[in-house]
Amino acid sequence: MTGEALADDQTFTYRILDEHSSVDPQVVEDVSGAEIVRDLFEGLMNQDEDGNLVPGVATGYTSNDDNTVYTFTLRPEAKWSNGDTVTAHDFVFAWRRAADPALASPYQWFIELMSIQNAAAIIAGETAPDQLGVKALDDHTFEVTLSAPLPYFPQMTTHSTTFPAPQKVIEAHGAEWTKPGNIVSNGAYVLTEHLPQERSTRERNAMYWDNDNTIVDKVVALVINDENVALTRYLAGELDRTEVPAGQFPRLKKEHPGEAISFPRLCNYYYTFNLSDSGPEVFKDVRVRKALALAVDRKIIVENVMAGGQTQAYSFAPTATAGFTPPTTEMATMTQAERDAMAIELLAEAGYDKGNPLKFNMIYNTSEGHKKIAVAMSQMWKQKLGVEVELGNMEWKVFLETRGNQDFELARGAWCGDYNEASTFLDLLDSNSGYNDGKFVSPRVDELLAAAKTAKDASANYTEVEQIIAAEMPVIPIYHYAGVYMMDSDVGNWPVNNVEQNWYSKNLYKIAE
Amino acid sequence: MLSYTIRRLLVAIPTIFLLVVACFYMMHFAPGGPFTSERPLPPAVMANIEARYGLDQPLWKQLWDYLVNIFVHFDFGPSFKFKDRDVNDIIAQGFPISLTYGFLSFIVASAIGVALGVTAAIKHNSWIDYFAVSLGIAAQALPNFIMGPILILTFTLWLEWLPGGGWNGGQWQYLVMPVIALSTSYMGSISRITRSSMLEVLNSNFIRTAKAKGLSNRAIIWRHALKPTLMPVVSYLGPVFVYVLTGSVFVDIYFSTGGLGQAYVGSALSRDYAVLLGVTILYGALTVVVNLITDLAYAWLDPKIRY
Repeated sequence: MTGEALADDQTFTYRILDEHSSVDPQVVEDVSGAEIVRDLFEGLMNQDEDGNLVPGVATGYTSNDDNTVYTFTLRPEAKWSNGDTVTAHDFVFAWRRAADPALASPYQWFIELMSIQNAAAIIAGETAPDQLGVKALDDHTFEVTLSAPLPYFPQMTTHSTTFPAPQKVIEAHGAEWTKPGNIVSNGAYVLTEHLPQERSTRERNAMYWDNDNTIVDKVVALVINDENVALTRYLAGELDRTEVPAGQFPRLKKEHPGEAISFPRLCNYYYTFNLSDSGPEVFKDVRVRKALALAVDRKIIVENVMAGGQTQAYSFAPTATAGFTPPTTEMATMTQAERDAMAIELLAEAGYDKGNPLKFNMIYNTSEGHKKIAVAMSQMWKQKLGVEVELGNMEWKVFLETRGNQDFELARGAWCGDYNEASTFLDLLDSNSGYNDGKFVSPRVDELLAAAKTAKDASANYTEVEQIIAAEMPVIPIYHYAGVYMMDSDVGNWPVNNVEQNWYSKNLYKIAE
Repeated sequence: MLSYTIRRLLVAIPTIFLLVVACFYMMHFAPGGPFTSERPLPPAVMANIEARYGLDQPLWKQLWDYLVNIFVHFDFGPSFKFKDRDVNDIIAQGFPISLTYGFLSFIVASAIGVALGVTAAIKHNSWIDYFAVSLGIAAQALPNFIMGPILILTFTLWLEWLPGGGWNGGQWQYLVMPVIALSTSYMGSISRITRSSMLEVLNSNFIRTAKAKGLSNRAIIWRHALKPTLMPVVSYLGPVFVYVLTGSVFVDIYFSTGGLGQAYVGSALSRDYAVLLGVTILYGALTVVVNLITDLAYAWLDPKIRY
């Protein structure tokens, strides 16, 4: 089937950092949980190895002219692991369940983000969940009505929140329904074992409609909190995949060529200025913001500090974003020497030099990698501009609270795309966005982003937003992420080109050694 | 003895109660909450979640409900982070694991530690003594967070004898490294205390009398010297027992045993209030109980304490 000799033992074992939050598709909220759910359940559409939309339970969809009504045709052969047919009613049940205040899923916001009719009112408790704009026209036709046109709506149906849920099983077992033995799922795998904080195992679902084309028999996720232990256990042959700790990629690539891999991810890493009233007056001067952004030598950060194939960032949206090429900014084309010269000049214009140094503090959440980057940045600023920076690290929740309350001067930020479209990043700088922790306000940016929601092709809007960011510099983009793994060379078909890293075990295989 | 036991038990109850109240308030005053995330939840969603978990109630009411649930229904509530599980589940799964290898570590540390200390004292200033003393010091200088990496590099990566982590229902291969990592430094301390205590006892008058009576060395040590020697050791063993259970946090995380330590640290970081409080109460109650047992053992060994 794959043209390669397959291994007898088709077991894929990988490391996860932390115990998954849940395997309930409407409830799960963490990445490792979503990976498991993506194997256990199948939504309307799937992604292929490159992140393109391919049929899942739905064979296809149609939409009306203004993209407000989508109709999905479901394949009649799709089955639950107990043999029941997967119907449009299962999707209606699941989507209402996701929005239902009684379930209180943290991912209610996703249903709202999908702009499904009445979603906001249901979440606010003003309307009953059965008023959600979803309908089963018959057993195999599922219709969704949106409150606003959304051109990328079908992409959102690959998200775990939208996967179907087995009503009968949930009603029979209540909160216990996700336990192995109780759980019924419609994906390529079923959950057969769960030892919390240790491992979970999923095995082939014989009822899955495409079971004949599935190769991997068993997938084991091992919880290993410490990444260095995980690496040791990988090297001892206990794992097929683990993350590479920051800075170790070059050594591992030399020692284990073909196993250390790196590929672009849909995430950015940046520092945000506090531009609100509580922020320092000096950051309201664009020359200061630009000078600081210019003096960061991103080449050193990606090549010497991270050293895992990350790429230098001069735009906010990652270069890997689908359907959008960020504009080449002036800063991107300069040499670092030119940037440094310009930085010194701008800062001098703003009234600061080594004799009268600029002082501020920057915060990041506790992590070895973040610390290295913050130290490197503060050293660059000190050497080039004489800037005196006080570094502050904070435990994660304290950091979020501090940043969210605008109780900072310069703070670390990072974002991974919820879907592969530039707005998932650029919306962060919308003045109405709850995630705009630096409180950057630009009426033009708001206007462009609002217009982009309904535009047939929004790339011109996104380009202009990136140009405004480059000119106003409310954030300092540092780098765009890379997925950096140790991956056993006998694992076939890992989707390195899927920048969201939505992987499906059913598409993997193990090659005979 | 009975009234002594009862008196001690009566003190234990308010101790645990104070622990619960103090913990509850400290936890809620820590910045951030269980649902603070990088992506701030829309207010309507947050309101639904808070209503579901009762976090919209005033703090005193939350504390009251919590206490009622514990004492009336023996229910420690749901986990805010692990949505498929509740706190009773988490403790029922993790505690037996921590208890198993914690208990084994305790046995290993006290058995080897006492044996080493006694031998060293009897063969005072011989090579056995020097060997035991250096072994004790080396062991004490190797806390579990140093032992962990050394063990895993040696036995997993180089020798490939043992799996680098996991539990697998408690098979022996999975127990070896956690037990060594956890017991080594306590073993060192126990041998040191035993040795010096034994030396002191051997130099005391009643031992000289026993020798003068012509008792054999074996009889002197087993019948007369050991019991007084163990006095300071026993008072140290109580805390050690608590340490091997609660101090297993690092070992749990490092060897991915699935023990309670992972849940404990994880819940503190994620502000999973119910799990954090549940495990704290468990550890607190355990400390109180073990201290009580230590005191009773002490009273048995030394009648002076009882009065």
